[in-house]
Amino acid sequence: MAHTAVADPDSGLTQAQLAARYGLSFAGARPTLAAYTRQLWSYRHFIAAYANAKVVASFSTARLGRLWQVLTPLTNAAVYFLIFGVILNTRAGVSNFIGYLCIGLFVFTFTSAAVSGGVQAISGNLGMIRAMHFPRACMPLAVVLTQLQHLLTAMVVLVGIVLVTGEPITVEWLLVLPAMALQSIFNAGLALGMARLGAKIVDFKQLMPFIMRTWMYASGVLYSVDKFAQNIHNPVLIEIVHANPLLIYIELIRHALMETAPLTSSPPQIWALAAIWALVVGVGGYLYFWRGEQEYGRG
Amino acid sequence: MAETTIAPSATTTSDGRRIPTVVVDDAHVIYRVHGAGSAGTNTPVGALKRVLTRVPAPTVREVHAVKGVTFTAYRGEAIGLIGSNGSGKSTLLRAIAGLLPVTSGAVYAQGQPALLGVNAALLNDLTGERNVALGLLAMGFSPEVVRKRTAEVIEFSGINERGDFASLPMRTYSSGMSARLRFAVSSAKDHDVLLIDEALATGDRRFRRRSEQRVRELRESAGTVFLVSHQLSTIQETCERTIWLESGEMRADGPTDEVIAQYEGYTNGK
Repeated sequence: MAHTAVADPDSGLTQAQLAARYGLSFAGARPTLAAYTRQLWSYRHFIAAYANAKVVASFSTARLGRLWQVLTPLTNAAVYFLIFGVILNTRAGVSNFIGYLCIGLFVFTFTSAAVSGGVQAISGNLGMIRAMHFPRACMPLAVVLTQLQHLLTAMVVLVGIVLVTGEPITVEWLLVLPAMALQSIFNAGLALGMARLGAKIVDFKQLMPFIMRTWMYASGVLYSVDKFAQNIHNPVLIEIVHANPLLIYIELIRHALMETAPLTSSPPQIWALAAIWALVVGVGGYLYFWRGEQEYGRG
Repeated sequence: MAETTIAPSATTTSDGRRIPTVVVDDAHVIYRVHGAGSAGTNTPVGALKRVLTRVPAPTVREVHAVKGVTFTAYRGEAIGLIGSNGSGKSTLLRAIAGLLPVTSGAVYAQGQPALLGVNAALLNDLTGERNVALGLLAMGFSPEVVRKRTAEVIEFSGINERGDFASLPMRTYSSGMSARLRFAVSSAKDHDVLLIDEALATGDRRFRRRSEQRVRELRESAGTVFLVSHQLSTIQETCERTIWLESGEMRADGPTDEVIAQYEGYTNGK
């Protein structure tokens, strides 16, 4: 090499030996799980700021601005109420169908938005990912945090709807908090997993709307899943329907806010299932995402 | 082989050896491009035929962008990368930054090299000020430091010279202004290795002088700076060493004046 001085004691070394001697690391190596988690923790302010920024940015071109954060869930509820409550007159065996419908819808939207945001968390932020080095898990986690903010506003709307439709305020309402916490963990794992899939398989984005719609019909958002029992007689299949994590989270919140909402399983069983889903999907999604860390933003 | 202890800001070890910051060992980069191919081949029927007959899609093509590059960069150096369009300069920078995997060979680097390009996307719907804060957080600064540095970065970018642009969304900025803001954000941190892709070419004369000054400061804080530019004058002013790439191969590596003279001879001869 033209630049190496003749008397340089490093001149006899190969490039790899030279790198090892000065403690240079292989560019783009994956950190260990513990190091990655620490790194991610030190970026918590970035995740929060990015999630906030996304909320602000999504309404910044509308004249009504962040008012849409409240108007969007309200309009959604109005449309579904018009079709299912008035035109089709579905009652789903509950006395307060509006409350029933809105809870199902908002809780489902939390997960479905986290999933569709997660799929694009890497592929939609390539500019930022290629320019700066931060733990990539920040991106899907910020998606979930953004959606959690939307859910919290929707919850305020929801409390209004539930009160107006004649539900009393009870201590049980507090159960909404652990249910939402478990769902958030579940969503985080799901968004992380989807982010890696979406980064690897670009066609996934095209498929997502169909998967989410199927999931919605299976989760008893618009009607009770008891209806399935008319056509599904295989007990294994019924178990599968009842183990659906979204059905579980929706039912938990319905049960907490409404007096008459029925549960498909006993309370201890359904809480246990909610916790297991959160743990398995949360940890699994995180591990799966971490294993792909060095691939994101390439190609 | 014992690891040598090095003072954090020195450019040489106690016994006078220069300290390498980037070691590139016979690096090859091959990447796959989706969506290539001429207009006629990319129809739904064509895609179905390929799926059925299991022929690999002609829309995916492999590009051998960097072919066996080897060099060592040392602390305190500013290295220019020159070459015709498509010669693999930007790809090499991405490989050094650890953003593109090397297909064979290896790239070793000190710390985490930071790639600073004009393409670095910020959120266009947010104000310049929020983007600066977000960018600083993404580089790992704590919220207290970010609060302190935001004003400094905006001042350096000079976007407020004609009115209060920092509080307007970035989509209202001219391309020069947003490039300046990006450069200001990414150069706010002292990196061990800073990779700059054409960023100095944008912006007006005054900003160019200021960013050249900043590049000098970064080098003085014992970092290594790589600079890709088509403006040979920029390279001559900032870099004392230059690497010339042509079709992914290294044509020359040495003092800037010599390499540029060779390069000019080559381009004029064509």
